[in-house]
Amino acid sequence: MTNDPGVIALISLLLPAAAFLILAIVAPLRRLGRPGAYVSILCATGAFVTAVIAWQGHADGLVSKLAWDWLPSQGTSLATVGVLADGDSTLMLMLVTLVALLVQVYSLGYLYDERPPALGRYYTYQSLFAFSMMGLVLAPNLLQLFICWELVGLCSYLLIGFWYQKPEAARAAVKAFWTTKAGDVGLLIGIVLLWRQAGTFDLTELRMMVTSGALPLAGLSLITFCIYLGAVGKSAQFPLHVWLPDAMEGPTPVSALIHAATMVTAGVYLLHRTSWLFALTPDVLALVAWIGAFTALLAAVLACVQDDIKRVLAYSTVSQLGYMMAAIGAGLSAAGFFHLLTHGLFKALLFLGAGAVIHAVGSNDLSRMGGLSKRMPQTAVLFIVGTLSLAGIPLFGGYLSKEEVLGAVLAGNQIGPFVLLMVVAFLTAFYMFRVVFLAFFAAPAARVVSGFGATHASPLHNPSHGGHDGPAKAGHYVPHDPPASMLLPLYVLALLSLGVGVYSTVIGRVMSFGPVTSGEEHAPLWLTPAAVGLAIAGIALAWLTYQRRTIDAARLAAAFGPIRRAALARFWLDDLYEGVLGIALFTFSRIIGWLDRYLVDGVLNAVSDRTVSAGGVLRLIQTGRAQDYIYGVAVGLLIFILWMRWALA
Amino acid sequence: MGLQAYLTLAATVFCIGLFGVLTRRNTIGILLGIELMLNAVNINLVAFARFSGSATGLIFTIFTICITVSEAAVGLALVILLFRVRRTVMADHLDLLKG
Repeated sequence: MTNDPGVIALISLLLPAAAFLILAIVAPLRRLGRPGAYVSILCATGAFVTAVIAWQGHADGLVSKLAWDWLPSQGTSLATVGVLADGDSTLMLMLVTLVALLVQVYSLGYLYDERPPALGRYYTYQSLFAFSMMGLVLAPNLLQLFICWELVGLCSYLLIGFWYQKPEAARAAVKAFWTTKAGDVGLLIGIVLLWRQAGTFDLTELRMMVTSGALPLAGLSLITFCIYLGAVGKSAQFPLHVWLPDAMEGPTPVSALIHAATMVTAGVYLLHRTSWLFALTPDVLALVAWIGAFTALLAAVLACVQDDIKRVLAYSTVSQLGYMMAAIGAGLSAAGFFHLLTHGLFKALLFLGAGAVIHAVGSNDLSRMGGLSKRMPQTAVLFIVGTLSLAGIPLFGGYLSKEEVLGAVLAGNQIGPFVLLMVVAFLTAFYMFRVVFLAFFAAPAARVVSGFGATHASPLHNPSHGGHDGPAKAGHYVPHDPPASMLLPLYVLALLSLGVGVYSTVIGRVMSFGPVTSGEEHAPLWLTPAAVGLAIAGIALAWLTYQRRTIDAARLAAAFGPIRRAALARFWLDDLYEGVLGIALFTFSRIIGWLDRYLVDGVLNAVSDRTVSAGGVLRLIQTGRAQDYIYGVAVGLLIFILWMRWALA
Repeated sequence: MGLQAYLTLAATVFCIGLFGVLTRRNTIGILLGIELMLNAVNINLVAFARFSGSATGLIFTIFTICITVSEAAVGLALVILLFRVRRTVMADHLDLLKG
């Protein structure tokens, strides 16, 4: 057994690939459903175990890089494929494999009444996703990273559209694919431009060039901006965030894995991996910080008015991604990466908890829940752990990373984004506890006027789709805690979120990377009390509004009338895009249609018309009278004879 | 009289026949024109035979006369059948081949 973390990480990477190949090629196994699922879960377990070993093997600070030549060009190779196992990538690898494993186990319970072939298809996609995401994390060069980047996008498309018979799911899948693709074009352009400038795709070589100052700075802002565009699409930053809430049409475990913990954080990870490059372009970094903070605020406001539990979580994910981006923009990407890791744990927990609730109630709609804490006490406790972590309450995982991010943004002298993020901290606590109180504690029967969300659903949200998600039949069914296969992943995630928080707070920082460098040294003393105070204020407001009903939800809604209306319409961004795209496409189609009708068809019609009319003239020669033909023969002969005489003369 | 005189006669008869074929409206008239044209050819053949001292032209002429007679018989039979079907023998009216 080798101790090289690179080799172990490679084994870890190849296990899901093997599972995918087996399931993809051996069709009978896939159609059996459950046995195929076990193969996938077995490989995911192996991948997680090897990932942990690789992370521990790296503990000595050893960076291991395995690379094979690829794309040979004039004696050398244009690019390599392989794995780069260092502190960040093995840590991220561990998170990815852990969440992938837990989600696959959870899916066994969640999708228990899915037809076997569909279940097999689901696990095939899951394995492919795990492989692609791990390939992205371990990529030693930008080209491999881009390929895996596109692969995870494909898996996202396939899994959002898993219930492809549902029109909304199919639409959401296409929307997600195209929106992220818009950013990916930027990423590809950025990578190619960088290659032209530096002559290599390799991350290690690039970093050496940057540190030695060999990389020319001219035009670098454009390159980093293009790379950032890719991250904007993938990590759902404003203005390309619109796909993520719609992506909730997929099965809930998929949302937990792809659209909360792993794939959407790929953009943050990419920026973290190339943070030394971004450090050279402070103007782009400032943009990253501002966009991140603005996205965080926008999504937090949107989350306050959603009545769909998954959509609240989706907007919350967008908001937290904004947090991470803001930290990266402030120049301290380690803080953003730390938040990425803790967020991966507690957001997966929240999504899986929400999945358990949806599974039990048979609806996504918050107004159809309530009083669930008595029916499903374990789920309630676990969900609250996740919520407290997200809200940033001390001793929970999210608290530390949130403080790091806030400290980093402040240390980076980004006062504007910092203020926005503080507001978001308040809103986060408010909207998450609104969900907790409405779902778990409010009176179940009462039709609650649900705050900003009021009684009617958002106009763009199809209220009927909740019924399809989760197998329970509402009404004839008493909600209860989910089976062990679903509870176990929840416990693991809850213990980890709690464990990371408690361990780090009480015993000290354990993470080998340096979040300590920023927040701790530079953050003023008032930061922690202020952030925690805001979070508690948010919780208190939610409690007063939705639990005690001291504050009338309707009056609160009325106080924020215009904002609420705008948020219900998603700030008209979706309408705007649809409108602009519609008009653009419509105009384009009109032009193309005109060209086709009048230019292409016109030429053909003209040719055929001329042919017909020429025939009309020519047919007059054909009189049908034998004498006329003889006339022609005689005259022709005469001309021929005369011509012969003339020619021979 | 030399060969030229015979050839001139033959050419004249041929042109008269061709004129008849091209201008007569009656089918029987056209047939008569064809006969004239064939006979012009006969005159040519006989004249060449006489002046070259070879019998080939004479034998050709015998054949041509036979063919002309048969052609006249077939042609007249066609005209009679045509008249039965179309009640006309005017060439102008027989324009089924019109495009």
